[in-house]
Order: sequence, then C-alpha cells, then structure tokens
Amino acid sequence: MRSNMKKMVLLLCIPALLAAPLSGCGKNEGSGDDSNLLVVYNYGEYLDPEVIDLFEEETGYKVLYDVYETNEIMYPKVAANPSQYDVICPSDYMVTRMAEEGLIAELDMEALPNAKKYIGQEYWKMSESFDPGNRYSVPYLWGTVGIMYNRSMVDEEVRSWDILWDPKYYDNILMQDSMRDLFAVALKKLGYSLNTTDLKELQEAKELLIEQKPLVQAYVVDEVRDKMIAGESALGVIYSGEAEYSRWENEDLAYCIPEEGTNVWIDSWVMTKESRHKKAALEWIDFLCRPEIALMNFEFIYYSTPNTGAMDLMEEELLENDVLFPDLSKYKLEPLQYLGKEAERMYYNLWKEIKSA
Amino acid sequence: MTKTRRISGFLGLPFVFWAAAFIIIPLLMVVWYGLTDENGALTFANIAAIAQPAHAKALLLALLLSLLATAVCFLLAYPLCMFLVEAQKTSNSFLTMLLIVPMWMNFLLRTYAWQSILEKTGIINTFLTAIGLQPLRLINTNGAIVLGMVYNFLPFMVLPIYNVLEDIDKNVINAARDLGANGRQTFLKVIFPLSLPGVISGITMVFIPALTTFVVSSLLGGGKILLIGNVIEQEFMVAYDWNLGSGLSLVLLLFIIINVVVSVISERGEEELRRRKSDAEA
Repeated sequence: MRSNMKKMVLLLCIPALLAAPLSGCGKNEGSGDDSNLLVVYNYGEYLDPEVIDLFEEETGYKVLYDVYETNEIMYPKVAANPSQYDVICPSDYMVTRMAEEGLIAELDMEALPNAKKYIGQEYWKMSESFDPGNRYSVPYLWGTVGIMYNRSMVDEEVRSWDILWDPKYYDNILMQDSMRDLFAVALKKLGYSLNTTDLKELQEAKELLIEQKPLVQAYVVDEVRDKMIAGESALGVIYSGEAEYSRWENEDLAYCIPEEGTNVWIDSWVMTKESRHKKAALEWIDFLCRPEIALMNFEFIYYSTPNTGAMDLMEEELLENDVLFPDLSKYKLEPLQYLGKEAERMYYNLWKEIKSA
Repeated sequence: MTKTRRISGFLGLPFVFWAAAFIIIPLLMVVWYGLTDENGALTFANIAAIAQPAHAKALLLALLLSLLATAVCFLLAYPLCMFLVEAQKTSNSFLTMLLIVPMWMNFLLRTYAWQSILEKTGIINTFLTAIGLQPLRLINTNGAIVLGMVYNFLPFMVLPIYNVLEDIDKNVINAARDLGANGRQTFLKVIFPLSLPGVISGITMVFIPALTTFVVSSLLGGGKILLIGNVIEQEFMVAYDWNLGSGLSLVLLLFIIINVVVSVISERGEEELRRRKSDAEA
C-alpha cells in the first residue's frame, strides 16, 4: 500500500518535518465549543464520503475527516498528539503496537450492538491474533495477499508459492517491494510463520529470495496492478483488493491464494485513549457496522467486508467471488504482527542483503 | 564606497538566511545524527557501517554507474557542443533551446516516460516484435539506470562545456592555424586545454547527482538494483534509522567533497598555468 512515489514526496517533506518542532506553534486546542465534534483519521479513499453526511445528519455530530497513506505516516502523528484524533483505522500489527503503547482505549462492546451482531465470528477470531480478546478494535475491511497470474501466459494451475521460483517464468515475476510482504512469501513457502523472529528461519528465507532474484522482473508496490493489467508480467504478488480491480481491467487475470497459506490483513477501527469525544467515537464505529452503511463502503472500496449483515444484502453472485470472499476454512491465513523494534531491524538488514545481492 | 558595500551586504541577506536555514542547519543536523546513536551518545558506528557488505556493494555500484554515466555524458556532450558552437554562427540559438526545453518538464515525469519506452510491452519492444525480432530486456538493468542518468544529467555537462567553447577567442584558433597547426593539433593543443574548466565543472555537475540518485535507480531499476542513494533513502523511510541514514550520507558527502576539491584544484592549476605562460610571454 506504499509506493515509491509517495516515499519520494515524503522525503522531500523531511525538511518541513524537521522545521515543525522549531516553529513551536501547536494548534490552539479546545478553542470554542467542540463537544459535538468527532475527529476521524482514516486511510485515503477508504470510506464512501456520503457515509459521513449520513452520520452527521442522523447524530448531529460534526465530523472532521482526515486521511493518511500508510500506518507509518499515521502513527507518529497520533503518538505526538494523542488527543488530536478520536477514531482511527489502523491495520492489524499497528493495532497491537498502539495498544501496547497505551495510545488506544478498550472499547465498550455493549455500546457497539451492531458490531456485535453483524461482524462475523470468524473475523473476530482472526482479529484475536493481533488484538487478543477483541478489546481494542472492530474489523472494518480485510483481504489477503496472493498470486495474480495472466492466464494467457501461465498454462498450468497456480496453487503454490513454488511457481514464483520456476525458471520458466524468468523476468515474468513481480514481487512486493515491502520488507514484511516479501519475507512472508518465502517464509510461507518454507512452512514457517510469517511472524517468525527466528534468525535461522529468516536466513533460510533470505537465501531463497536471493535465489529467486534473477527470475524477478521487479520489486514494486502499487505498480504490480498496472503492470499486470498491461501484460508486462505473467505472475505477481498482490493484495486481493487490487486483484479484484485488475480483473475488471484485464479478463485474462486470475487470483490465487497459495495452499501453503498467506498473509491476511485486517484494517480495524479503534478509539484513542485520549479522545475527548468517546461517546461520538463509539457511535461512529457502530454506525459503520450497520449493514446498509457497510454495504455502501464496500461498494465504494471493493475490499472484503467482515460484515455479515452487508453480505446478506449483496447479490448471490458477488458472494461467490472467491477473491473477495474466499472460504476461510480452506486457507491457512495469518495476520502480520508487530514484532518490536529489534526484530524489525533484523528483517530490515536481511532485506537489504537481498536487495543488494 | 562603504555605503555601497553596506547596501550590497543587505542584498545578500535573504540568501544568507536561505543558506543558513536550508543548507547549513540541515547539514549540521545530518552531522549530528550521523555521529550519534539513537540515545544521542557519540559513535562512529553509523559511518563504519559503510563497510558492511550490503552498503559497500551499493556504494561501489553507485560509483561505477555514475562514473560510467559521466563518461558517456562527456563523450556525447563534447562533440555536441562543438557542433552547437559552429551552428550558432549560422542559425540562432534554436538548437540550444532544443536541449534546454526538456529540462522544463518534471524530472520524475521524464523518467517515468523512459519506463514506458523500455518496458517489455514498451515502445522499443513493441516495435522489435512487430518487425519480427526478439524483444530485448531493457528495463530493470544497470544499463537502464545509466541511460536514465545520462538522459537526465546530460544538459549539466553540455551547458558548461558549451559556454567555455563559445568563449574561446576565434583569433586564438586562427593564430594556431596560421602558425601551421593542423586541425588535430589545434584541437588537442588549443581548444581542448582552453575548454578544460568547462569540462571539469560539467563532470562535477553530472557525477554528483548521478552518484547520489535514488529516483533513477528505483524507477528504472525495478527495485532490483540498490545504489547507496537507495540505501540512505530507505534508512530514513523504511527503517526509521535516521542515525544510520545520516552516517552513510556523511560517507557519501566525503566523495562529493573529494570531487569538488579535485575540480577546484585543477581549475586553479589551469589558471596558474595560464598566468605563468602569459608572464613568460611578457
């Protein structure tokens, strides 16, 4: 979900970031009456804007809506000023980290009847891997990481990560250019957890990825989608949400969740501990769990929804779409967990060895 | 006298402020981060880290590719400049304009354009397959990166060389010919030595951005080729290790300083030589 472009823009912003603390002019907080305010911080393009209007109309709250590109951009902003936002939509591993660091509050599930009623049991269970006891987060949208392939270039059936190591596909493989996503592929192929911190397992994965490197056309992020649509490559590792879009654009494309298992990601709503509008925050989270609202957001974003109420409102045909709604019992899915600074550094150093190999 | 000096001193103020805010202070911060660890204690580990195989390899590759790009730029630019100076006599500056106009376009856009030229389904390969030839593997190679560097930085080589060539007094060349030097001798003994300052500043202006680039290598290298610029960028953006990123930047800075010092010394040497010559003549 990150792109090099964004990184570059960011890098250009560093001087500005450096200057910010020097200027020392924090916004004057608490000016005026903001008791009916709700400050929402979400991924860009990750909510039907009409939903905000509906919420404001119904509840009378005024929503201040702000967006970010990645967890890594969101986190420092929230950490620096924890009371600035009321509700945020981080990904799995970031929920753990924010909970550990005391940035987010435990949710009163009694205040979230729609969440209790409509979010499917299996998704709550999946969430437990990063939010034990489902105390802090309510699942919003989710998806998998898998192999997208072009049927006009790949004759065989794609079932396993092994195909990404087949010399037949020299220069026809696109891999993810983000550390954890890249390692996840090799670790799963080897049968390890994608959250391993065992150096020996990681070394093995590294060797495997170095071995694969000559076959790889490029390590990219957002470009996987465009390159697959353009027919630049036969195989590519991609997020399921992007896969669905790609299939609309190029009907030769197909998506597969490899049998060794893969990463499942869940973006969830959380409430900040320092929130000054906790009641509104809970109302917002519950509002988004209403079947009609969840359906609106699903139709706007086209990522998989965990909302069973929304699924009941969908056409049968859509539910049979195994990219959006794979049979969870069939696959070994594992969410990414936050591994702590030291382990991240270990991953990063090994990643550098792959990239410079 | 003192009054005008005071006024011109004031005129320089905005730049002094600019340089302090956006050059000196950031540089000092890089030095500070580079020489400390995350707890703020003094360390040289961030600089010594250049010896790690991944970093050393990235630095060597960056040196190699940027030297290659500089050499190609020089070989392309010098004849071009001689041609441009000749053409200047007959036509107006239209040709020089042609060279400069692409620079008005955004650097990123131009590099993205090369992606769609070099790609597997790109313009070159579509053409090759259309006429029955095998497609070539162009993008995501070292060659593509050198091409990107040459394309983007060529004007920085052309302009200084063009300026010195244009400034050469035509009488000097005529005198050489008059005294019996043939074309080759005139070039080697008169024109080229006189153009050296332009060549040196051209080399500096191409070599430094090529050595430090991370944009060209990530757009045309497909993330497969890690230059030292990419390593530093990722230390900041992916690993959040500003200390290591700054330490490696300091190492890179060393190479830049060496380059600048060499070019300043050789320019001084040129001047010195010229002065001595004219003294001797007098």
